[in-house]
Amino acid sequence: MRYNMENNSIKDRIMAAEPSAQWSDAGDGMLTVPVQAFRKVAETLKEGEGFDFLRSLTGADWGDEGLGCVYHIENTSTGENIVLRTLDPDRDNAALPSVHDLWKGADLNEREAYDYLGIKFIGHPDLRRLYLRDDWKGYPLRKDYDPSWNGIPEDNEETNDAALSYEVTKDGSFILKRHPLFEDDEYVINIGPQHPATHGVLRFRVSLEGEIIRKLDVHCGYIHRGIEKMCESMTYPQTLGLTDRLDYLGAMQNRHALCMCIEKAMGLEVSDRIQYIRTIMDELQRIDSHLLFASCLAQDMGALEVFFLGFRDREKVLDILEQTTGGRLIQTYNTIGGVQADIHPDFVRKTKEYISYMRPKLKEYHEIFTGNVIARTRLVGTGVLSREDAISFGATGGTGRASGWACDVRKRHPYGVYDKVDFKEITFTEGDCFARYMVRMKEIEESMNIIEQLIDNIPEGEYQMKVRPLIKLPEGNWYSAVEGSRGEFGVYLESRGDKSPYRLKFRSTGLPLVSCIDTITRGAKIADLIAIGGTLDYVVPDIDR
Amino acid sequence: MKRNVNIKSMKYEDFNDNEYIEQMLKELNENGANVIVGCLDSVIEWGRSNSLWPLTFATSCCGIEFMAIGAARYDFARFGFEVARASPRQADFIMVAGTITYKMAPVLKRLYDQMADPKYVVATGGCAISGGPFKKSYHVVCGVDKILPVDVYIPGCPPRPEAMLYGLMQLQRKVKAQKFLGGINRGISEKEYEKLMTADINRANAKDDYDESGLA
Ligand code: SF4
Repeated sequence: MRYNMENNSIKDRIMAAEPSAQWSDAGDGMLTVPVQAFRKVAETLKEGEGFDFLRSLTGADWGDEGLGCVYHIENTSTGENIVLRTLDPDRDNAALPSVHDLWKGADLNEREAYDYLGIKFIGHPDLRRLYLRDDWKGYPLRKDYDPSWNGIPEDNEETNDAALSYEVTKDGSFILKRHPLFEDDEYVINIGPQHPATHGVLRFRVSLEGEIIRKLDVHCGYIHRGIEKMCESMTYPQTLGLTDRLDYLGAMQNRHALCMCIEKAMGLEVSDRIQYIRTIMDELQRIDSHLLFASCLAQDMGALEVFFLGFRDREKVLDILEQTTGGRLIQTYNTIGGVQADIHPDFVRKTKEYISYMRPKLKEYHEIFTGNVIARTRLVGTGVLSREDAISFGATGGTGRASGWACDVRKRHPYGVYDKVDFKEITFTEGDCFARYMVRMKEIEESMNIIEQLIDNIPEGEYQMKVRPLIKLPEGNWYSAVEGSRGEFGVYLESRGDKSPYRLKFRSTGLPLVSCIDTITRGAKIADLIAIGGTLDYVVPDIDR
Repeated sequence: MKRNVNIKSMKYEDFNDNEYIEQMLKELNENGANVIVGCLDSVIEWGRSNSLWPLTFATSCCGIEFMAIGAARYDFARFGFEVARASPRQADFIMVAGTITYKMAPVLKRLYDQMADPKYVVATGGCAISGGPFKKSYHVVCGVDKILPVDVYIPGCPPRPEAMLYGLMQLQRKVKAQKFLGGINRGISEKEYEKLMTADINRANAKDDYDESGLA
């Protein structure tokens, strides 16, 4: 079914077909759909209208209004966006229809909302907690959560082997069903959370048949730091500090996204100089991150030399960043309405020197690693992610582009000065590990192209706009996204007019990447899991937040 | 017998807290030592302090800096830290680099228990020391000293690689000062030691208002 095409905006089309939906204008604007009609609207959007990309799913506690979710959905062929909201006023038994079958990315996101807020998703096949332990008491993102309910656990975690699902009976009560995750005769091994190849504290449980992976179950939350909840009691400038520590290899970009979102809500335009500086910094950060990606991937696969090469070249980027910002890894550089300090007098010269140093050095990587027969055998053709799956999971960044999905936020929703520079969006069609590796190596070159176009033209102007120290945002909700080092990093901000956000959600770049692991590792060898995990390039604190 | 805590890589005067290590030496040497055992001790400690191998353990941002000190520019192999071991059974010390959350705490404890004695813990970064920027979170352990005995603290968010190297050298000095033979390291019984540990942990728990977030 499609909505009547006479109305040209999607919002009007939905409202014409579903009169109970209410539009609210504050901020970006969103459409509140009653929970009874939500599933139908979602189905029509996905099947009829081609809204195939669920950008972000945010659970929220709206007090007396109830508990619910906000969905940011995009049509990847037309670029249209819509924000839906649905909620259930019954706080004790909040239940929403699951959309995991429409957008695969909703699977883990719904588990997250269940974990944080206790919203039951009807029809979700595996509603376990995603981050917190099964014996956790209460739901931390509810406004009435009390931290004293939980303490440091002393006993080891029990692994629960039953997936839970809820169904509703005719009289409105719930039936809880349990399904075994793994059969009794399956051979299940545990990898992580302490394992050198999981890139941090991620845990997999893998069911094997010989060497072949039959099923994989991801456990997150070993580095869940509760950042979103902490932000709710911080002032806006204070919240900035935490973004750097999410995906620390995209510290600049993450902070850029939050600053952009707050500036959008304030209605503040920053000067061209700030835009230029931010864009250059984002690209330097991307080079840094991609070099680290290559190092770690090679190291995991046993090519230790590339690890040293990557770190050698990466240190030089860090030197440039450090000179201006004072930080190597965590720069805390962007501020609301500007940047912390003006660029160092040597910044332009050093950056140019770096680029002329780095271009020829890239060949070294290709000679040692890219062309290596072992690397090729392990990377080419393994872990294939199809384009449809990439979109459905929302696997953006290098992973999505390797599968042929042009998902670059810098092109889709230009920010900074990306609309003024000329750069190629690198895409491949194979979708295998090798394509994911090559996308990132090529992107290093593109980043250098972008920097070269900007570095000599940084306009004069202020590096920090005048902003009052105490920032209050008007009521409303906003979403801003940047192309982080490993995909779309989004910030959803809901304000009730206070000096701190009512709800702040970070769209993790890594969560969609781990959610597709199960799909792409099935049928692969257990050793390929290392290459697949390495090329997906997730950062665990960014998944767990 | 006077013990020598000099390490090859840095001059004795260049350390900032020599009183502390002298105090420690005094306490350890109060009862004296047999010449032969003492000499043997020195040799063993010389060997141990120059081949401390870390466990590959990192949970978040600080872990990247930990990788950086393993790479070419900072290269901690120069000081004998050589290779990071992926198995706790082969590691001499654990560098807790990154935030420890409630869910991770029992896992970390278990890793520590799996390491062979003598073993050391280095708390790296604000998070491992006190919870750092996440002190107010509902899911973060405010300092690993709540669950493990810590030997060296390296402050920073993240600490610079130089700071990490400095901290690791402090660990080397500590190892050198210890007695290996005869009353392992401390000259008190296991029971007493445990009692002291618990007292320490309780004291750390009481100091809850101590803020060291290092958040810019
Ligand atoms: S101390 Fe700072 S850099 Fe280190 S893990 Fe904590 S937040 Fe990250």
